[in-house]
Amino acid sequence: MITIAIGLSILLLLVVLFLLFRIGTLASIFRGSSQQAAGTTKTSNKVNSLLLLLFLIIGGIAFAWSFADSWDEMNQPLASVHGEWTDELFWTTMIIIGIVFLITQVLLFWYSYKYQHKDDKRAYYYPHNNKLEVIWTMIPAVVMAILVFAGWKTWANITSAAPADAVVVEVMGKQFNWMVRYPGADGKLGITKTSLIDATNEFGIDFSDPNAMDDIVNPLELHIPKGKAILFKIRSRDVIHSVFLPHFRQKMDAVPGMPTKFWFVPTKTTAEMQSELGNPDFKYEMACTEICGRGHFAMRYVVVVDEQEEYEEWLAKQSAFADQNPNVVAKFQTKGAEEPATRMNQAAEDQKTEL
Amino acid sequence: MSSTDIAINKTDMHHDHEEHDHHHDQNFFEKYIFSQDHKVIAKQFLFMGIIWAFIGGFLSVLFRLQLGWPEATFTFLEPILGGWVTNGKLDPEFYLAMVTMHGTIMVFFVLTAGLSGTFSNFLIPLQVGARDMASGFMNMLSFWIFFLASIIMFWSLFLENGPAGGGWTIYPPLSALPQAIKGSGTGMTMWLIAMALFIVSQLLGGVNYIATVINLRTKGMSMTKLPLTIWAFTLTAVLGLLSFPVLFSAALLLIFDRSFGTSFYLSDIYIAGEALSNTGGSAILFQHLFWFLGHPEVYIVILPAFGIVSEVIATNSRKPIFGYRAMIGSLLGISVLSFVVWAHHMFVTGMNPFLGSVFMFLTLIIAVPSAVKVFNWLATLWRGNIRFTAAMMFAIGFVSLFISGGLTGIILGNSALDIQLHDTYFVVAHFHLVMGAAAFFGMFCGVYHWFPKMFGRMMDEKLGYVHFWLTFIAVYLVFMPMHYVGIAGFPRRYYNWTGFEAFNMFTDLNTFISIAAIFGFTAQFIFLFNFIYSIFKGRRATQNPWHSNTLEWTTPVNPGHGNWPGEIPAVYRWPYDYSKPGAEQDFIPQTVPFSETQSSNLPQERVLE
Repeated sequence: MITIAIGLSILLLLVVLFLLFRIGTLASIFRGSSQQAAGTTKTSNKVNSLLLLLFLIIGGIAFAWSFADSWDEMNQPLASVHGEWTDELFWTTMIIIGIVFLITQVLLFWYSYKYQHKDDKRAYYYPHNNKLEVIWTMIPAVVMAILVFAGWKTWANITSAAPADAVVVEVMGKQFNWMVRYPGADGKLGITKTSLIDATNEFGIDFSDPNAMDDIVNPLELHIPKGKAILFKIRSRDVIHSVFLPHFRQKMDAVPGMPTKFWFVPTKTTAEMQSELGNPDFKYEMACTEICGRGHFAMRYVVVVDEQEEYEEWLAKQSAFADQNPNVVAKFQTKGAEEPATRMNQAAEDQKTEL
Repeated sequence: MSSTDIAINKTDMHHDHEEHDHHHDQNFFEKYIFSQDHKVIAKQFLFMGIIWAFIGGFLSVLFRLQLGWPEATFTFLEPILGGWVTNGKLDPEFYLAMVTMHGTIMVFFVLTAGLSGTFSNFLIPLQVGARDMASGFMNMLSFWIFFLASIIMFWSLFLENGPAGGGWTIYPPLSALPQAIKGSGTGMTMWLIAMALFIVSQLLGGVNYIATVINLRTKGMSMTKLPLTIWAFTLTAVLGLLSFPVLFSAALLLIFDRSFGTSFYLSDIYIAGEALSNTGGSAILFQHLFWFLGHPEVYIVILPAFGIVSEVIATNSRKPIFGYRAMIGSLLGISVLSFVVWAHHMFVTGMNPFLGSVFMFLTLIIAVPSAVKVFNWLATLWRGNIRFTAAMMFAIGFVSLFISGGLTGIILGNSALDIQLHDTYFVVAHFHLVMGAAAFFGMFCGVYHWFPKMFGRMMDEKLGYVHFWLTFIAVYLVFMPMHYVGIAGFPRRYYNWTGFEAFNMFTDLNTFISIAAIFGFTAQFIFLFNFIYSIFKGRRATQNPWHSNTLEWTTPVNPGHGNWPGEIPAVYRWPYDYSKPGAEQDFIPQTVPFSETQSSNLPQERVLE
């Protein structure tokens, strides 16, 4: 019943709109405005040019207000060294393009309003002015050059090689969660093979490699120490994912068959950030930003930044995967003969990771 | 060319000529369905473009419902979506499929085929002074292959496992492995077949456009007397011809990987409980190949809009386009640069950082010719005598949107800033403004402006204004707030964000964006009504309703196949002699020789008298 009522009222509305349209058309024929050249009728020119001006003013105010209103929410808390560089460069660039935005939009709407059609007026024949054109080619060229240099400097710093003492963490994406591996006390990640992956050994760690024996796999949360360089070795075991840590301004794709990496220095511990924001529940998070399937939106992993001592304490409490799963390791004990081949694979693996 | 031997009636080329005067031997099918007349083919592309645009827009309404009201139940959608809604919740894979198909449809089927297909076909012969395209038959094939591609793509929407769902960029391995997502099954196969056919259609069209512009210009129509529309369409066709084959090969390799066990893009994969034997492939290779098309593609979308808008702004400001040669130069510059910037879509794929800095540099250079274009449009408006036709409103709207969307490209082109913003809503806002909404505005501008030439009738101007204002406001209401969401880092292609504490704000803003999007989509029905109504009942057009200079307005109101009933007129001057001092009227068509306009000739034009 209600559906019919809604349907009827929509139909009625459409009929009324159509009648209004017909009346408008007839009225314009009656007034003779339809005889004039298109776009030269007084009222529609006046109305449209006025609306353009109003759009500029009201739209400008609304934009400025909503921008200011959303300011706190759009600025994610920042907790990394290079994030300060990129945030600064971002807002500097925003100011530059904001100025250009303001000038060009004002001119566009103002000229449209000011030079609206008048019957007794004639446009100014002005086909070109080479000097003017050279000037307004040079200005953006110079501004772009400055931005390119600023970008190069920042980009080169961010993508430079990680310090040798960086804390190494392997992050692997899979449908649909993140998996994390720490190299353990020896600081070296054991080699992995896709063919060794199963329900327990999710990384496909090859335990004939002694470096693998102390590897720590899939802690509940990803802990990293504050103030130290953290090197993420990133890979994927199925489709492309992308590691995104919004608070650290960090993003890097996880690509099957092609290890990637990214390093950064966290500047605030989780506790510091909690008290700074006045939010005792604040957590650093890791998300996926490359479409990877059904659960793309749910690849959340909590990252905890500790003070150095806390971090070491936490790390000491973690037990190695090999110790937790002796039966997985046992399978590799019998295959000791393959040792030389494994060594060769490892060399290849290292080379790949360094790329 | 079959169309040059048209019955000639030299005495009165200003009168209407019904088509049957010339082609009494054509039946209905030859005339309207399998027509080789570029004007009919253009309209066919336009109709298909409009249908696709409504489908693509409707899909965006569906996923905006999900994003605007993530907690709501959508039981009322069950009648149309069937099994994709369970207990009132949209299926997340269906959501991804909608996003994918929205992108594919809008970028390729609407803004490439609908825009270039319509206006290159319609305007190239009319504005260069040709009877028809260089090959009418190839032109017809181009449309019908596109039609076939459309049917396959449309059909895929109704598959049980849904259409392709890996994003419009279809990155493998996601798109290569049916076990990774439902959409990578039959849906993806049909997507690839449809796109392969689509590319064939584009190539057939592109070859034709270029050949026509180079070979079939009328007497006196030198390259520097061409309207900017033609320059834009020609360069668009060149871009398409050089870049679409690369997408074709990328798609072909993907087909091999999907169906014939090759490993071009696949390596070291463990999925659905088993390790695949594929090894040695590179997933990033696909991205290089895809974006080698993908980036020129955004210029394929926007260049025709540049041309249309330049022409409409000049005509309705009653002023020559400012810096005609600079406008051509910037078109050429943008076209060349568009081939060397593709990897700015890939800054965070793990590509060598050195490549990142090279591509950042090349990308930011594009800002220079783009800025020149904007300044020249502004200078054209300056001291004009502006007629606010509906087309002109959309042209002004285009410039505004192009500025707003283009400027943020300077941020995204910077690899250091792209780290945080890549694949967030900042990117979505950027490209929807600069190549989505702006290209749509270019298309609307063209439809309102050339409707009288297409159908011999005028569209209703007042409805056009209403359509413009509602659309213009809606576009800004949707995409300006989207930048805030993007700066906060909200990732793209998320079914919802509520699982993350970092992304749990902006729920009201997302609802607001969704309402504005639905509002904007609804406003398009005003256009649809105006368009259909005016074809049959619109006011009859005069021969040159906008007092324009270009050649198409010298044809009869309803031009037949062959365009001009008599000889093709010769051209004597550039197309932008508006408001020339000393001239009687404020426009001098290209066909008027300098000997007839002695009072207005400039000193350097005296020799041409």
